[in-house]
Amino acid sequence: MRTFLDMGGYAAFVWPSYAVTLAVVVLNVMWARRALARSRAAARRRLSARLETA
Amino acid sequence: MSWTWLHRFASPPYVYALATRLTPWFAWPATLLIVGGLYGGLVLAPPDYQQGDGFRIIYVHAPSAWMSLMVYTTMAAAAAVGLIWRIKVAHAVAASCAPIGASFTFAALVTGALWGEPMWGTYWEWDPRLTSELVLLFLYLGYMGLRAGIEDTQRADRASALLAVVGVVNVPIIHYSVTWWNSLHQAPSVMRLAKPTMPPAMLVPLLMMLLGFTLYFVAVLLVRLRGEVLGRERAASWIREVLSA
Repeated sequence: MRTFLDMGGYAAFVWPSYAVTLAVVVLNVMWARRALARSRAAARRRLSARLETA
Repeated sequence: MSWTWLHRFASPPYVYALATRLTPWFAWPATLLIVGGLYGGLVLAPPDYQQGDGFRIIYVHAPSAWMSLMVYTTMAAAAAVGLIWRIKVAHAVAASCAPIGASFTFAALVTGALWGEPMWGTYWEWDPRLTSELVLLFLYLGYMGLRAGIEDTQRADRASALLAVVGVVNVPIIHYSVTWWNSLHQAPSVMRLAKPTMPPAMLVPLLMMLLGFTLYFVAVLLVRLRGEVLGRERAASWIREVLSA
């Protein structure tokens, strides 16, 4: 395990690379879901505003 | 042959429903491929004879760099379709691509710097490959800034589409930069016509990561696309059905 984490002396470069990339992977999922939730909320508001004025 | 079946893909309700249905079919294979690729790349692949375990950065760097180019190409193609045939859904696809592409271009630049320092002795160099990739990041950011700056969605769609289409010249420049100029960056070892230069134990995890990231892109794109399509609709009755579901 120690030797695995040490990455042959390249740990300081390998692990941050993986951390940044996986963070981007996870964040994109979160951002996409949030963007969709916001669009749905906005559409819902538009819809109810239309019903009130009608 | 009739092309009318294609018209369905310009229909917002059809695309919204299709995107909802298709997302898991891309998300789950993507997850499996990425988890398998990570295990193969970090554990099963042997260390490189020159770069030791430092070469393992390739399993996140190459997929990120691939995403940066593939997503931009998708964005420019969708933007062109939107411009030429005035299809709203195509503009929605282009707009959905930008934040995904920008973030992976950032990842490609950071992981490249983290690879460059131990192997070349520098995090950054104004080298053709590195500089053109940085220009790509600015193209994405410019595209997003332009969209954010124009309130009217239709005008934002057209103006940003023009930028996306013009910027696509940068894609072949990035790809061929290592062949055209004398670059610090190594020449392609996978995306080439001749046989790849890697043994299978190294290559297979990389191909899994590349395919996994591609499927992941489609999944994230489909989620974003639904939001973009919804935002472009005003009076359509299908929205009520979609929202109550």
